[in-house]
Amino acid sequence: MTELTLSKAIGTGLRRALAEDDRVVLLGEDIGALGGVFRVTDGLQREFGHERVMDTPLAESGIIGMAVGLAFRGFRPVVEIQFDGFIYPGFDQIVAQVAKLHYRTAGAVRMPLTIRVPFGGGIGAVEHHSESPEAYFAHTAGLRVVACSSPQDAHSMIRQAIACDDPVLFFEPKRRYWSKGEVDEEYAFPLGSARVVTPGTDVTLLAYGPLVPTALDAAVAASDEGISIEVVDLRSLSPLDWGTIQASVAKTGRVVITHEASEFGGLGAELVSGITDRCFFSLEAPPQRVTGFDVPYPPARLEEHFLPDLDRILDAVDRVLGRANSLSGSTHAGWSA
Amino acid sequence: MSTTVSAESDMTSLEFEPVQLLDPSGARVADSHYDPLIADITDARLAALYEDLVIIRRIDTEATALQRQGELGLWPPLLGQEAAQVGSARALRADDFVFTSYRENGVAYCRGVRLPDLVRTWRGTAASGWNPYDVGMATPAVIIGAQTLHATGYALGCTKDGVDSVAVAYFGDGATSQGDVNEAMVFAASFHAPVVFFCQNNQWAISEPVGLQAVRPIADRAPGFGIPSVRVDGNDVLAVMAVTREALDRARSGGGPTFIEAVTYRMGPHTTSDDPSRYVDPVQREEWAGRDPLARVEAHLNLTPEEAAGIAARADEVAREFRAACTSLPDPEPLSVFDHVYAEPHSGVERQRRRYAAYLRGFES
Repeated sequence: MTELTLSKAIGTGLRRALAEDDRVVLLGEDIGALGGVFRVTDGLQREFGHERVMDTPLAESGIIGMAVGLAFRGFRPVVEIQFDGFIYPGFDQIVAQVAKLHYRTAGAVRMPLTIRVPFGGGIGAVEHHSESPEAYFAHTAGLRVVACSSPQDAHSMIRQAIACDDPVLFFEPKRRYWSKGEVDEEYAFPLGSARVVTPGTDVTLLAYGPLVPTALDAAVAASDEGISIEVVDLRSLSPLDWGTIQASVAKTGRVVITHEASEFGGLGAELVSGITDRCFFSLEAPPQRVTGFDVPYPPARLEEHFLPDLDRILDAVDRVLGRANSLSGSTHAGWSA
Repeated sequence: MSTTVSAESDMTSLEFEPVQLLDPSGARVADSHYDPLIADITDARLAALYEDLVIIRRIDTEATALQRQGELGLWPPLLGQEAAQVGSARALRADDFVFTSYRENGVAYCRGVRLPDLVRTWRGTAASGWNPYDVGMATPAVIIGAQTLHATGYALGCTKDGVDSVAVAYFGDGATSQGDVNEAMVFAASFHAPVVFFCQNNQWAISEPVGLQAVRPIADRAPGFGIPSVRVDGNDVLAVMAVTREALDRARSGGGPTFIEAVTYRMGPHTTSDDPSRYVDPVQREEWAGRDPLARVEAHLNLTPEEAAGIAARADEVAREFRAACTSLPDPEPLSVFDHVYAEPHSGVERQRRRYAAYLRGFES
């Protein structure tokens, strides 16, 4: 066990992957001498050379498209998209090529790409540097989508993502890059599995990526009032680990879902639908979502009014418990109006 | 006359006639630079290329007929572009790898794609027709220009693997406006990738004339990226083979990418769904009909009527086989809609498969 930052935990995972498989190559902007703008790839080019860790021209479609060609040739490319909001120029290559080539070729061509994306807000950044675009990719058949929240998971998951024969969108919570935790490099778990971070009996709180620590804070605060929250870190957004989710909801009967991405058409909607379908007779209250609003990501001085936080999560916890809360005034009844 | 232009050349020097070794009348045009590159193409070998041209045109014509008869959903005819495709594809080695758009059925034929595999996509029985690794050719990329990046990445992979295979990207004049094609040239130049950009300028992107994509010859662009380029008479199978061989040799020997603009003409519609009578100038089309890629080889070879009839008969036989292969392609099994979405098991897709299978079973009994 070593104590690492989340950034370093991904970096050591990349280092292991590069060392263990000579078909692994890293591509991205500023990932070489600079080590990436978040230093995730720090030192890797020096150690593995320019052939394995490649700085690329500034063109995201070009980077993804090149990675597709390398995958055709049997490489396992790991791509770094510098910021969430920069992924859109590469969107076509991801959804039209990366996601579909295995299907298109009846399995003849594999696309074991890992596309790393620092995502989410909370760092006081300018436009296009705080977005949460995961739903676009979770909606696209052929892609796997995961988000890590802790150094241990980040390390284990990046290695599994690279080993996976399918393309994986790997979302990294950029405001948690510098959080520290113990990392066991040998610890592994299935890439598609969720994790019960803290057990509870009253409310299931589903979170992923940067909001998992926030959800844990909410669980601690609620326990002061005698409310027992079970925090589930989804980790995998496509596919979803319904076994873990169902087991939790069957126990609690009440669900709050939180993500930074906007509400409409987001992961929360899929989760509510799936939970309603699978756990209808366990539910004691309508599942609630605590998300970014349906507005563009706002300027830095407004982001605290966009991002879900401890208090908004607790407000939703009150709502599913039928307690008075600021948004409904009393209970969930009539909330939708 | 050398028409390969280095990246450093004065751009105005690209105001030249395309490379031509066989003129429309069938006369051989001497070219001290390119003649040695096709010195091995004897009349017998030229006759074999001619047979390719005839067979490909015959397959293409048959496919259009199959579409009209409801056997294919769509077909993108290559009529007029046979020489551009045969001349380039026959210059390749088996270990080279080709990334194309959807009109390159002549290239596919030359790469050894089997007849039924040519039409699976167009009949709608499969997402694509063949295993790319069997023939060294990816199945078509329908998103315009996307495959140029794949070729560049593949070429980079060849360099990393220390082999002298070359990747070739086929695309049209319309694709040159796409960001991906321009990005591919940036990446290919920066990484010195062994890739050949083979642009068939057939003058049309559906109804849009090439002048809308480019106000100067398309080959002019490549030197700006640091990539040497050449314009070639795309209806001259010998010239196309010569310039392609030169580009392949350059790539194999560490000389990096080359851009080829094969100037040709789409004599048919964009696809069987198109109506070119709404936009094509019949006078222009007639001019191009006089530059037919097959007629000039036929004239040059001066085939006897018996030889010509023999080739035509073989082409008819291929067409019969092609038609039979097409019409006997079975519809896929319903549950195969869920196959190959992922390489590893995916619980979401598997759940939908189980539920849909149960639903379908409800209709049995």
